Amino acid sequence: MQRFPCPFCGPRDEREFHFAGEADKDRPDTTQDISDEAWADYLFNCKNSCGPTREIWVHFPCQEYFIMERDTVTMSVAGTTSVRKDLT
Amino acid sequence: MTRSYSAFNILREGLRGHKGWAPLWRSPDPKPEYDVVIIGGGGHGLATAYYLAKNHKISRIAVIEKGWLGGGNTGRNTTVIRSNYFYPESTRLYDLSVRLYEKLSREINYNVMFSQRGMMVLSHSEAEMEIAARTVNAMRLGGADAELLEVKDVRKKAPILNFREDARYPIHGAIWQGRGGTGRHDAVAWGYARAADGLGVDIIQNCEVTGFLVEGGRCKGVETTKGKISAGRTGVAVAGHSSVLAEMGGYKLPIHSYALQAFVTEAIKPVMDTVAFSPMTGSYFSQSDKGGLVIGGGLDRVPSYGQRGNTPMQDTVLSGIVEMAPALAKVKLLRHWAGIVDVSPDSSPLIGPSGTEGIFINCGWGTGGFKAIPAGGYLFAHLLATGSHHDISRPFDPSRFPAGRLLDEAAGSGIAH
Ligand SMILES: Cc1cc2nc3c(=O)[nH]c(=O)nc-3n(C[C@H](O)[C@H](O)[C@H](O)COP(=O)(O)OP(=O)(O)OC[C@H]3O[C@@H](n4cnc5c(N)ncnc54)[C@H](O)[C@@H]3O)c2cc1C
Ligand SMILES: [Zn+2]
Repeated sequence: MQRFPCPFCGPRDEREFHFAGEADKDRPDTTQDISDEAWADYLFNCKNSCGPTREIWVHFPCQEYFIMERDTVTMSVAGTTSVRKDLT
Repeated sequence: MTRSYSAFNILREGLRGHKGWAPLWRSPDPKPEYDVVIIGGGGHGLATAYYLAKNHKISRIAVIEKGWLGGGNTGRNTTVIRSNYFYPESTRLYDLSVRLYEKLSREINYNVMFSQRGMMVLSHSEAEMEIAARTVNAMRLGGADAELLEVKDVRKKAPILNFREDARYPIHGAIWQGRGGTGRHDAVAWGYARAADGLGVDIIQNCEVTGFLVEGGRCKGVETTKGKISAGRTGVAVAGHSSVLAEMGGYKLPIHSYALQAFVTEAIKPVMDTVAFSPMTGSYFSQSDKGGLVIGGGLDRVPSYGQRGNTPMQDTVLSGIVEMAPALAKVKLLRHWAGIVDVSPDSSPLIGPSGTEGIFINCGWGTGGFKAIPAGGYLFAHLLATGSHHDISRPFDPSRFPAGRLLDEAAGSGIAH
């Protein structure tokens, strides 16, 4: 079993966490006309990197959303940062 | 050298100490140029090469594999073969596969041990029985065989299961597909490789594709650890590594890679002669001819390329088996492993042009592409030979995502995604 560091609670059992998606995706401006291709690209396509990656995770017990930087081959975690705006 | 397997040849080789058998395939150096290069020597890549040569008479074909044949998911799966999906498009695809499997051993003169021992999906409540009846009807309308079993029929077919009324997940019945069953995974890879080699396909192992040769937006071949190879068309069938190749080829995919684990126990006397899956526990098992129980379950919840599983999922899968058949609680595990599977947003495969001219993809089979190897190869060969879809593969074109025509088989795929 692996422990992930929640920015709020500290290291916790991996079972308490949920993978919410890849970080750094730009949501198309939906107030403008956008093509089906651009919308599908945003909704579905992903880098799915082999190696270092940046992802959005959530810690269920405290509901903290954060960025986790980790390696998808070695599974080692480089660090986590909250996405809460009031912290920055 | 003896190539063909017949009663006579087996007897003759038996008398000669089995010294005269020819190797199953050659190990040629890559030629500078092919009509079609297929990346990935798993079941899908090898079957594609075979059907390209056999059905479409293409003569210059290479399969390029970075490790050994079947070393990916084809040699790591729990070998369940079935076509019990929900949508007609899926039933057409997976049932084509079952039909091709039914005649495969004879066709390629290689025993893939397809054993149609049947497959059951258990129902644990009255409400689930109603959904099961709906699935059975959908399968039948789609042309696949299906039956709704009552609990007494389930008990007859698999008495080892937990029939206690106070069970956490009491058994109310099951969806039964009698033509489903299991096969021998390595034999599927080796059998297709041997048959493709016999038709002149070059199978090149220990050769990794490290890039695509793209000129003016069109792919002209691949760069490999054994040098450059030109190709008229390039097919990519690399399962969990599809996104890695996509990045090299300049196209995008809606795929996430996850580890999926499997387990085999010590050999015990025959206790189970069919396949049982419980959607409530997420676990399933069958018994191999050697006596080991072959156990599978859901995906690890952390995206991964590390070909090993994590312990929480081992817990979940194995406690599921103990719930399904408490008598098995003390059986010892012998081996356990993981493969990296390519999960698509709608749990259906992607077959079609990649977005970069000259490159075609066959991926997204996720947790369930062993059953689909013959059909995947058959349809991908059609695409690579003609440049256009066979009717059965058209609904699985990647253009279904922008079009919003998803084929959501999250339930039919059996495993929690
Ligand atoms: C534990 C487990 C249980 C499963 N159980 C079932 C089941 O019961 N029933 C079922 O139908 N399906 C099951 N599956 C899914 C099934 O195994 C796969 O969908 C199927 O085997 C995929 O076949 P493939 O040929 O596409 O990929 P693979 O067999 O993975 O082959 C891809 C090949 O590409 C090679 N490759 C990758 N990158 C490169 C490169 N750069 N250059 C050259 N070669 C490269 C790899 O080495 C690999 O050999 C299971 C999978 C797992 C992991
Ligand atoms: Zn927390």
